[in-house]
Amino acid sequence: MATELKLNGETVTVDAPPETPLLWVIRDELNLTGTKFGCGVAACGACTVHVDGLPTRSCSVAVGDLAGSEITTIEAASGKVADAVKTAWRELDVVQCGYCQSGQIMNAVGLLAETPKPTDDDIDAAMAGNACRCATYVRIRAAIHRAAEIMEA
Amino acid sequence: MTIHTSRRSFLKGAAAVGAALVVGFDAKGALAAGGEGAALNPFVKIGPDGAVTVVIKHFEMGQGTTTGLTTLVAEELDADWSTTTPEFAPSDNALYKNLFFGAQGTGGSSAIANSYPQYRAAGAAAREVLVKAAAEAWGVAPADIRIEQGVLIAGERRGHFGAFVEAAAKLSPSEEPSLKTREQFRLIGQDGLPRKDSAAKTDGSAKFALDVRVPGMVQAALVRSPRFGGKLKSFDASAASEVPGFVDAKALPNGAGVAVYAKGTWAAFQARDAIEAEWDFAEAESRSTDALESYHKELLEAPQHQARDGGDLTAASAAVESAARTVEAEFLFPYLAHAPMEPLNCVVEPTEGGGVRFHDGCQFPGITHPTVAGVLGLPMEKVEIVTVYAGGSFGRRATPAADYQTEAAMAFDLLGRTTPVQLVWSREDDVKGGYYRPMAAHRARIGLTEDGAIAGWDHRIAVKSILKGSPFEAALVHNGVDDTSVEGIADSAYGAPNFSVSLTDAETPVPVLWWRAVGHTHTAFVMESLMDMTAEAAGVDPVDWRLKLLEGKGKDGERLSGALKLAAEKAGWGAPVAEGKGRGVAVHKSFNSYVALVADVSTDADGAVSIDKVTCAVDCGVAVNPDVIRAQMEGGIGFGLGAVMRNQITFTEGEVDQWNFPDYEPLRISDMPAVEVHIVPSTEAPTGVGEPGTPPAGPALANAIYRATGVRVTKLPMSENGVSFV
Repeated sequence: MATELKLNGETVTVDAPPETPLLWVIRDELNLTGTKFGCGVAACGACTVHVDGLPTRSCSVAVGDLAGSEITTIEAASGKVADAVKTAWRELDVVQCGYCQSGQIMNAVGLLAETPKPTDDDIDAAMAGNACRCATYVRIRAAIHRAAEIMEA
Repeated sequence: MTIHTSRRSFLKGAAAVGAALVVGFDAKGALAAGGEGAALNPFVKIGPDGAVTVVIKHFEMGQGTTTGLTTLVAEELDADWSTTTPEFAPSDNALYKNLFFGAQGTGGSSAIANSYPQYRAAGAAAREVLVKAAAEAWGVAPADIRIEQGVLIAGERRGHFGAFVEAAAKLSPSEEPSLKTREQFRLIGQDGLPRKDSAAKTDGSAKFALDVRVPGMVQAALVRSPRFGGKLKSFDASAASEVPGFVDAKALPNGAGVAVYAKGTWAAFQARDAIEAEWDFAEAESRSTDALESYHKELLEAPQHQARDGGDLTAASAAVESAARTVEAEFLFPYLAHAPMEPLNCVVEPTEGGGVRFHDGCQFPGITHPTVAGVLGLPMEKVEIVTVYAGGSFGRRATPAADYQTEAAMAFDLLGRTTPVQLVWSREDDVKGGYYRPMAAHRARIGLTEDGAIAGWDHRIAVKSILKGSPFEAALVHNGVDDTSVEGIADSAYGAPNFSVSLTDAETPVPVLWWRAVGHTHTAFVMESLMDMTAEAAGVDPVDWRLKLLEGKGKDGERLSGALKLAAEKAGWGAPVAEGKGRGVAVHKSFNSYVALVADVSTDADGAVSIDKVTCAVDCGVAVNPDVIRAQMEGGIGFGLGAVMRNQITFTEGEVDQWNFPDYEPLRISDMPAVEVHIVPSTEAPTGVGEPGTPPAGPALANAIYRATGVRVTKLPMSENGVSFV
């Protein structure tokens, strides 16, 4: 039951049963471990990847439904928005344990791609599904604003 | 627990070096220097290219240890920050023990506090031998050499560390190398030092245990008893064996459940869920939350132990009875799960010669190492623990029983010890898996005199002991009192005449554990709520009331007052607060740090509360990394707020009601207030910051909510007890 995926710009063939969540194909079959398992029920956002440019919880989408879609993980996140987000995250030392941050970053990139100058309310609404038990939220908010500045410069 | 380290494992630590200069401590604990393979345990390694590696004896769960300990060495060495890199120490109790615990481990906000002299000494020793070597090479006096950014300089002569490592490795540092004075600090106390783990944690490359991949590895998930204390009677794996990728299923030897193995984590979870298991619940917890709450409240009627030095229950009761006015309150706290973002997991692989290697975000190697060696019947030196980044802990990874590492060892053993096994917990395992912050009940009766002074205080606590029956009992249980059950009240600086703090241990099979700030998670809430309640009864402003009670109470009183005054000033305490808004204060000492918070809340037309801002003042002695301190205050405050707002673990006939984040909802970004952190300037020895931000968060919020709404919360979580949040 092979499925062909377009992942990080390459075509890959995976053997997992089609109902397997994308997360586990990425992590266990393709060994791209930057995408994290946090809850398995789309309630924490740690597993966020981009599917056709949109932030998507990879724990809750079946790999069989993704034939032909462009999937991007944290390892390959690049371009003006992603670079600005990563730079801002580092400038402000957002991370603590860091486990949720791949998902936070992928979600923030999705927000800024859509809304380049988000307000605090925009940020809170877009990022509310991404849990951080270290509660780095003050800096996540600040870093998204900073990334918006970097993008404008 | 005594751990003996063989010479072989001692040398193994040093043999892995691959550096030209190694500075650390010799077998007698004296500072020593040497070259590659020298018989000493390295703390600092410097390569021929001049790059510095700092060996980190603590684990990194986000609290900033890798940055903090690296700062201490880089400061004394005047190293170049950009080429100074942390590396986790191997598991070795003798060489890398926490100097406060006597065993290798992280907890109690002690990493910087116990390492401050040790890591500075190691950095200073490295500096000393490098300077001596350069002085000899250049024919100048050591005093004429200075170091800037990893470059030794004397007049026109310059050379980086790498140029002198070979000569320096042949020298011995003095017993007590001279340390910098505070005026000479260039890194300690400075902003602008980027965290050492920022880059790897923003590009997906940071490796957590769940990311470890070993060829041939299988995943294992466990079926556990739905009630704590249940024992496995039998199981049927016939449906599980139909799951693609299923490998095997084995009953754990301790009766705790079934290990289900599969190729891939998803398959392991699917197969695990398909196991039919029968349980013996004869010794299991079968009560529901209502019954557990009533039980804890009943325990308050029959105090077992006096926890306050000089406390006398009879005298306290009498003083309260005869007081002009009394303030009385009962408080109830739910069980809480830690829920670190990385679900618990651990990799075990076989090594040559019948040994094993664990890959673990290991919080307490000093416990885990001997425990898993015991489970596997192996000598200590056959067990290696590779510490990797931990995706949060909040105390969960430091169980005195090394619970999940023991499970991994058993699972590895049951499969024949030849197959690498990654034991993985799901979020459901984590939420339902116990080792909770215990349920706790408090009852306080405080008597006030006519003129508003405290005349007597009968304080009672009922909570399950975390430490009784654990390896920590001898150190932390005194006269029957588990310090962690009463800390923050029994030793409160506020003090009062006729102050009794009594304790009754609750008994239940529900496993309990320290949860970020341990006993302070309930005691600070109670104490700081009572401070506002008594201030109101006495007709005094809450800040003034606290300052009055802290007068003449020694160093604790001074430092608590200092933090309180700073937070109050920065928050504009005393200025009028608009209708529908509320401002609350709390101050608390924990882990030898002092944190004062002022919380500002608003209510909407329906009375729903939003938390607008928290102003924080922290006194943690010398501030090593101010930005890490601010980050820990922000995060610790958020962790405390989220829990008091809406977190609880409840039971129905012994089974946990919650299952995952949808009903154990973590604090979200939309809940998070602005946080402003002010650090009290101090020359005291540095103390911890990982936990102390958490205890005052709950009561500062409760006091603000009372001001805004008139609702005094004495039972948590708030959302289940009369408070709604926006």
